[in-house]
Amino acid sequence: MVQIAATRTTASPPINTRLLSLAALAAVIATLPLALTNNFHLDIAILAGFNAIVCVGLNLLIGYAGQISLGHAGFFGIGAYASGILVTTYGWPPIAALLAGAVSVGVLSFLLAKPILRLKGHYLAMATLGIGIIVSIVLRTETGLTGGPDGMMVDSFKIFGLELYGEKTWYWVVGVVLFIAVWLSLNLIDSPVGRALRAVHGSEVAAEVVGVDTARYKVMAFVVSAVFASVAGSLFAHYTGLITPAKADFFKSIELVTMVVFGGMASTFGAVIGAVLLTVLPQALTVFQDYSQIVLGAILMFTMVFMPKGLLPTIEGLIAQRRRA
Amino acid sequence: MTMLANAPIPHGENAVTPVAAPSKALLGVENLSREFGGVLAIENLSFTVSQGDIHSIIGPNGAGKTTLFNLITGVYKPSRGTVLFDGATVSGLPPYKLAARGMSRTFQNLQIFFNMTAIENVMVGRHLHLNGRLLPSLFRLPSLVRKDREAKERAAELMTSVGLAKYVDAHASSMPYGALKRLEIARALASEPKLLLLDEPAAGLNATESREIDEVIKTVAASGVTVILVEHDMKMVMGISDRITALNYGRKLAEGTPGEVAANPDVVAAYLGTMD
Repeated sequence: MVQIAATRTTASPPINTRLLSLAALAAVIATLPLALTNNFHLDIAILAGFNAIVCVGLNLLIGYAGQISLGHAGFFGIGAYASGILVTTYGWPPIAALLAGAVSVGVLSFLLAKPILRLKGHYLAMATLGIGIIVSIVLRTETGLTGGPDGMMVDSFKIFGLELYGEKTWYWVVGVVLFIAVWLSLNLIDSPVGRALRAVHGSEVAAEVVGVDTARYKVMAFVVSAVFASVAGSLFAHYTGLITPAKADFFKSIELVTMVVFGGMASTFGAVIGAVLLTVLPQALTVFQDYSQIVLGAILMFTMVFMPKGLLPTIEGLIAQRRRA
Repeated sequence: MTMLANAPIPHGENAVTPVAAPSKALLGVENLSREFGGVLAIENLSFTVSQGDIHSIIGPNGAGKTTLFNLITGVYKPSRGTVLFDGATVSGLPPYKLAARGMSRTFQNLQIFFNMTAIENVMVGRHLHLNGRLLPSLFRLPSLVRKDREAKERAAELMTSVGLAKYVDAHASSMPYGALKRLEIARALASEPKLLLLDEPAAGLNATESREIDEVIKTVAASGVTVILVEHDMKMVMGISDRITALNYGRKLAEGTPGEVAANPDVVAAYLGTMD
């Protein structure tokens, strides 16, 4: 029964890898504008950043806690519309609207998570799917508040008398927020809470018998990821100045999950890379004109067939293998 | 604090236990029954486990041993009857609450967190002794980082004490079967339980590994932890148990010291079949 022990030593002390990877992220965010010469490129980078913020949060739920959600665009949408309605219609300060959106999403996701996260697998997917659909129906039909299917205009983000305007400014805003999101995510993973989340994924019953209240930690992951989505939604609303219910619908939710899985589950930087690549790729593939969607689909299929763990974990695995050899 | 002492206290047949000494019951099972779709997996079972004992549960396959473990640890809810632990009725409580009261266990079929390193597996076992609230973890408060470092040192000590020193830096997914069995014991001990339930810790191990597990169990018991053991390795059971409860078809067949149970004709019949 005894197999040969292949003792895998962990790469290096966690503190170093943690700080190094954060420094690398900061360096990339800081130097990228040098390569992005026009506003179109900056715009794509900003959109990639918004997606990355949502995906870093969603990865805590999907990649680490092992629970699926097909409704997170709904929370993104609630954040976006909370800011849109409170700031534009009711004249709230944008930062207050952002926080109000985040708190509402926190409370809502907490109330929803309790019953929903008792479900597993396909049933959980169905239930979370319902959240996204309900949110997008409400946004479409509450025309008086939301402007209906055509969406609504959103005022720009003003704070301390400064108005955030233009791609160059927003690039830095999104860059800083993404950096904070990654920092929080890395903190969480390497902590008692993060280990509890991963334990829920690894074996629920084993987690329970050493004292982990698995239901509580599933809810925690759900709420944290929903709040990340809400904050990204609020900022997104101010950046684009126009929000539509499409940002909260089923297809957006699927896109977010795809980004997490494509980049690599249970990897914070995998989530970032997945979000960036799947935001940039459709733009880059426009050279294929009518066939761009087919090419994108083919790339996704091949990646998942040959790299089932996702992009970053597969590459890390190859590097580790080479180092051992 | 359950520190593993170095000097093992004699257990089993050689142990000097005054028969009449009033020993405090740590666990009591009273008229416990559990049905699965009309079939009684455990039927009207009662027994007590004394503080500090190694108490084995034996019986043929399908006798209800693992079901009993699941009932005691809260994984299953009993259909009828009660479980008393440390002076309180605990039947119906979820496993994580029982863990907080000092109960911990291992599994017959490994339940390892294969998505973590070995030492992280053990650190999850320290969960009850760490701050499990969201914000301190999210913002990596210095007090949390310090306690986490202590937990890691403690986890490394525990791994060493069950003979896993060379796997301290290993990933759980790269460890052999025998080492994973011990990793489960280290994780269960990390919660500092009063009662440790071991479900076939020697299953699938070779003779040398079985003897090593044997030593680990004795050391654990010597440190003051009460142990309930389910095991098919009769040599191990007879050697280390203070008391044995034998089950068959979910009912109690016999109970007593290893010598008494081994001599019981019903037990022999259940294992070997009867002649008539």
